[in-house]
Amino acid sequence: MIEVQDVYFTYPNGVEALKGISLTVKKGEFVAIMGQNGAGKTTLVKHFNGLLKPSKGRVLVDGTETTKVSVATLARNVGFVFQNPDHQLFSETVEQEISFALKNFGFKENVIEKRVTWALNLLGLTQYEKTSPFMLSGGERKRVALASILAWDPTTLILDEPTIGQDHQQKEKLRQFILQMQTQEKTIIIVTHDVEFVAECNPRIMLMRDGKIVADGEGKEILTNPEVLSEASIVLPQIAEIFMQLSDTGLPRNVIDIYKAREILLKTLEKNPK
Amino acid sequence: MAVIETKNLTYTYPGGTKPSITDISIKIEKGEFVLITGPSGCGKTTLCRCFNGLIPHFYQGELKGEISVVELKVTEHPTYEMAAHVGLVFQNPENQLFALSVEKDVAFGLENLGVSREEMRKRVDVALNLTGMYDLRERSPYEVSGGQQQRVAIAAVLAMQPEVIVLDEPTSFLDPLSARKIFEVIYELNKKLGITVVLVEHRLDLTAKYADRIIIMDEGKVAADGETRKVLTTEEVRLIGVGIPKATLLYQMLRKDGIKLDNAVPLSSDEMANLLREAFKTGD
Amino acid sequence: MSVFDGLKFRKVYSPIHNLDPRIKFVYVCVIFVAAIIFGEILPLAALFMIQVPFVVLAGVKREWLRSLRGAVFLAAIIFLTNFIVSFITAGYTVIAGNVESAAALTLRFVVLVESFSVFFLTTSPDHLGLALEQTHVPYEFSFAFTTAVRFVPVLAEEAQTIMDAQKARGLELEKGNLLKRIRNYIPVLIPLIVSAIRRSLELAEAMESRAWGATKKRTNLYVLKMRRGDFVLMGITIGILAAAIYTRLYVTIPTFTQLLEGVF
Repeated sequence: MIEVQDVYFTYPNGVEALKGISLTVKKGEFVAIMGQNGAGKTTLVKHFNGLLKPSKGRVLVDGTETTKVSVATLARNVGFVFQNPDHQLFSETVEQEISFALKNFGFKENVIEKRVTWALNLLGLTQYEKTSPFMLSGGERKRVALASILAWDPTTLILDEPTIGQDHQQKEKLRQFILQMQTQEKTIIIVTHDVEFVAECNPRIMLMRDGKIVADGEGKEILTNPEVLSEASIVLPQIAEIFMQLSDTGLPRNVIDIYKAREILLKTLEKNPK
Repeated sequence: MAVIETKNLTYTYPGGTKPSITDISIKIEKGEFVLITGPSGCGKTTLCRCFNGLIPHFYQGELKGEISVVELKVTEHPTYEMAAHVGLVFQNPENQLFALSVEKDVAFGLENLGVSREEMRKRVDVALNLTGMYDLRERSPYEVSGGQQQRVAIAAVLAMQPEVIVLDEPTSFLDPLSARKIFEVIYELNKKLGITVVLVEHRLDLTAKYADRIIIMDEGKVAADGETRKVLTTEEVRLIGVGIPKATLLYQMLRKDGIKLDNAVPLSSDEMANLLREAFKTGD
Repeated sequence: MSVFDGLKFRKVYSPIHNLDPRIKFVYVCVIFVAAIIFGEILPLAALFMIQVPFVVLAGVKREWLRSLRGAVFLAAIIFLTNFIVSFITAGYTVIAGNVESAAALTLRFVVLVESFSVFFLTTSPDHLGLALEQTHVPYEFSFAFTTAVRFVPVLAEEAQTIMDAQKARGLELEKGNLLKRIRNYIPVLIPLIVSAIRRSLELAEAMESRAWGATKKRTNLYVLKMRRGDFVLMGITIGILAAAIYTRLYVTIPTFTQLLEGVF
């Protein structure tokens, strides 16, 4: 569980990035933190594994205050997948890359071997075990980075802009993957501005703007509220836009899922047979 | 006059075991707005690099087939010559700006071409105004946002007054609002100035409505090429796994369910909303 | 990141910042020459004091004092070395004259460092790049210079991100003996280098796509023109040079101790 208690954060260069944030993320929740670039989303999540410590206020991860322990200790339970996999990859083989964190955390040799095999399997990378990560394609490198974090099985997973540069199928795979992680009761936090992706996942959404949280609630409600979205400079997902434009016809407004949309429209149109 | 024409274009990167693009034959006419899309690795980025000569001049490798842009055979003209006719805007805004001020970056191409200072000043100002970056012209690239940086990159290309602008996933790193602004700028350039636009994108929900024509690539080949509304409703394209706009998908679903909607495939939420409104009316 | 903060030129607009960097450079060279000509403390002190109005006019007092602080360590070493050597050669006695020459040599060092510091503090990298271009340095060099400066903050930020990413995988950069610590930086260095290489490739693509190499006769959006302030500085520079040469040749410079004796 992650608790943020009235946190303020100012960067060394004087920019105040977080202005009084309070929130709680319970174990097993799936949360999307959204907002314009510069709203403070990445700054906020960097507090969850201690990379940043609050200037004012407290952050507690599973009851431990982040200022009292090292990043490595927090990382043991909070896995952070950065946006650009190339900021992590440095090993000679994919296998070494995945075992890096395991070695840092002091896992025993035989355990490391098992975990590496498991992670490779999970992300479809088994054939690349002995390949250099630099030889792989962009999408494959992203998977190696993800595998290297999952390998130590953190209870919380933070994904920073995981959909950037991904094509439709890759995003779909990512969505399936998140669902899978949810069944394992992991807490998942994604930082993103991809509304369509979030609409398909329907998580709890926290909207940020200028270092503050301006909205916090169910995906369906937040993504269909144009005033709230425009405050955070987010666009509506296409399905929601359609329904918003038809709001004067009495149709419900909080629709973001295409199948739900079809259901509602069929009912409405079949009521008026031609 | 075809502004871009390729015949059986096939290219293999140096050291590559198989070609990245195979047998590409396309014709793009002057003033068109063409969208190129396809799953990762389909060859769309490689194709873009052929348009201004980076392939084969910069990347070397093996290029077979023919390609001419503004009636110049790309293989016979160095990239700096092609640059005056074809502008290429890349994915990462940061790595396209090298100068210490926005306007110096916009002038870079013109400086390289040896354009006179008076003429350069004029063109730079025009380009900055067209992209809405005139007020920020003295800032350094580090001080402006990603979306603004990308607009500077577009201005830098515009200043050279090319006939064609090719943009390779220009909004990958931008949030949807900034992305929208970029697409609006590009659309204006196409409609007002008649510049041919070739846009490579994944986000069809934001871009399909601008394109007259769409080319779908898959595994190095052209899988579909035609009018956007026609191509996006084919089963084939759905199987390739392209991100068809939700409005279009919903339209197809409802039609399959027997709902009578007008024969105009929607590419945006506006169009779909209008179609539904019509359907409601006739239902009453 | 404070090291890089110093290189992040602050955009301040003062009359000194607007001066032609070429003239400023000539001025600095003249101060350099003048400082070398003299080994006596009084003229060196004068040269040092000449910097001050420039510093004040340019509004860079704080940064200048900071660079002075940086030079103190080396200056102290110079002073001590000279003093100890002269102390020993004089037979282990302190002679006022020797203290004075040691101080003078130290001051000379400080003047040299400070004049360059003033130059860099009051000249923006663009200005410098432009000056390089216009003094017919091959364009490749001035381009490499301005591009490098442009990317310093970008690379600094990236280095920080990479460190964060690896720390989030349990890498502990502060632990261990010296050897272990150096090895711990490999997971930071490699991504940084690979990223720099990738970046260079993308930059090269962008350059080629904007007609790099089209003609040998590159034109320039900006041009450095000499204005009134520059001519004034030119005048001052020539004046200093002339005064320095004249003083060296015709004037006997009193030592500080003689001055003190004269006063008391």
